[in-house]
Amino acid sequence: MTPARLARLTPYLYILPAAAVMLAGLAWPIADAVRLSFYDWPLGTDWATARWVGLEAFADMLRSRQVWTSMGVTFAFVVIAVTCEMVLGIALALFLERPVRGMRLFRTVFVLPMMIAPICVGLIWRYLFDANFGPINLWAGALGLSPRAWLAEPELAFLAIIVTDIWQWTPFVLIMVLAALQGIDGSIIEAARIDGANPWQQIVRVKLPVIQPILVVTLLMRMIDGFRGLEVVYVMTFGGPGQSTELFSLHIYKAAFISQKLGYSAALSILLLCIVAVLALAVLLIANPLRPRGSR
Amino acid sequence: MSAAAAVYEDGRARGSVLHYAVLTLLAVVCLLPVVMMVLVSFKTEAQIFDTRWSWLFMPTMDNYRSVIQDGHIDRYLMNSVKVSIAATLITLMLGTMCAYAMARFRFLGREPLGYATLILRTLPPAVLAVPVFVLWSAWGIADTLSGVVLVYVALNLPFTIWLLYGFVDQLPIELEEAAAIDGCGPFQVFWRIVLPLLKPGLAAAAIFTFRLAWNEFILSFILTNRVTRTLPASISNYITDTGVEWGKIMAAGVLIALPPLIFTFVAAKQIITGLTAGAVKG
Repeated sequence: MTPARLARLTPYLYILPAAAVMLAGLAWPIADAVRLSFYDWPLGTDWATARWVGLEAFADMLRSRQVWTSMGVTFAFVVIAVTCEMVLGIALALFLERPVRGMRLFRTVFVLPMMIAPICVGLIWRYLFDANFGPINLWAGALGLSPRAWLAEPELAFLAIIVTDIWQWTPFVLIMVLAALQGIDGSIIEAARIDGANPWQQIVRVKLPVIQPILVVTLLMRMIDGFRGLEVVYVMTFGGPGQSTELFSLHIYKAAFISQKLGYSAALSILLLCIVAVLALAVLLIANPLRPRGSR
Repeated sequence: MSAAAAVYEDGRARGSVLHYAVLTLLAVVCLLPVVMMVLVSFKTEAQIFDTRWSWLFMPTMDNYRSVIQDGHIDRYLMNSVKVSIAATLITLMLGTMCAYAMARFRFLGREPLGYATLILRTLPPAVLAVPVFVLWSAWGIADTLSGVVLVYVALNLPFTIWLLYGFVDQLPIELEEAAAIDGCGPFQVFWRIVLPLLKPGLAAAAIFTFRLAWNEFILSFILTNRVTRTLPASISNYITDTGVEWGKIMAAGVLIALPPLIFTFVAAKQIITGLTAGAVKG
């Protein structure tokens, strides 16, 4: 082989192993999900008995009240939880912006809720919200409030998973916005101050507009995570009571392994994939690492 | 002007106490639930079912003894260790090579690969659940640890590639050019020059890869059996129809939470690098 030809092959040798694994572990399964979605195939039965049904699973999906309920729960969850996290995270970041002694230790502690396993997060909060001996009810009782069956009433259970998500992910927004604020060129703020902008105007007219792209990316990343998550609710409520906390990812899992409809569940997966892909494309439009530096 | 400055100085002085008060409150909110999990794991059943929450009590190791002796959690722990270390090492190896090629070479297929990877980064694990369950059975790697490692490496690669791409992109290319002029082949340049300079990026990527592999529940739950189960998937053993065995499940939870807790305190800087990668430069 000539050196020139070897040189041209070099990049392909570097990417080949990673590309092969992603092809086998991600692309192939996704393609297979598309294929399976055209079949009626109960879990545990032989593939030979699977029946080709064309687009029937998709039609069923769009007609299914459970799908729409779960979608509604997921959208409500994403909108409420992410809004609270963004507002809280941005407010806290603006307040805590100035570097102070010990900030590193505090930041370390803030990272904790999102580093530990979602399954642990679910366990912890299921315990805290427990109706009989959960600390939240015990403390509410000490304040003279009557205990509630938090995870057994639809509205309260929904509130509980929102509170849990806010606890777990507000620190993420805080850390992103802090990093963004620290990246602002100090002379811009200085110029605004000299021009007579008060602290409030500096925030609303200068700081927030400058970091807006990062805010939007943070928002989109949180929304995507909202659609991806299922482990916390799996442990806390398993979607109940009824479907009140059944996030769409959990609905997919249940369709496959509880209702045992593999083909139908694959069709649901395709729907989720499309929603998340749209959000991911939006992230790409705003922050595209492939674009050469300097043109962002 | 001087009056405004005085108010500003005054405001800052008062703000400082408030600043620490808010920071401390936030830290307590973040820590308290985790601390309570640890406390419950050392409580006896009677203490857990007490109608008052007690901070001070006689700790017991019974829950840990029980999950190890009766629950065989040591086996699941070993599975988790094996899976996480293998997934981390393989992901880092493949990811670094791919990131390097994408940052340093212009080749046909670079952009499609890049965009595909960026989109795949957000793939919900639930989308993979059914097809992976079907395919892994067909390929004969269901119920094996290698099967779990494969899906974790695949899930981790997109993020790792993009994190490391940013790091390679920031390295001055002159170093590599100088090494090439001195007679280093392309693979030598990669191994001897680039890899050592990537250490901070590799540390961040390692933590996030390990975290996913160690924490992941649903795919492991689907892809493993009683023998090959990883630690998070074994949690379901303690949630029964009659209720939750809180002491034991919290003991298992503490074991799951321990490595990420240690990482957080040892490598907070790398974690923040990884969290903000892709949106915030540097």
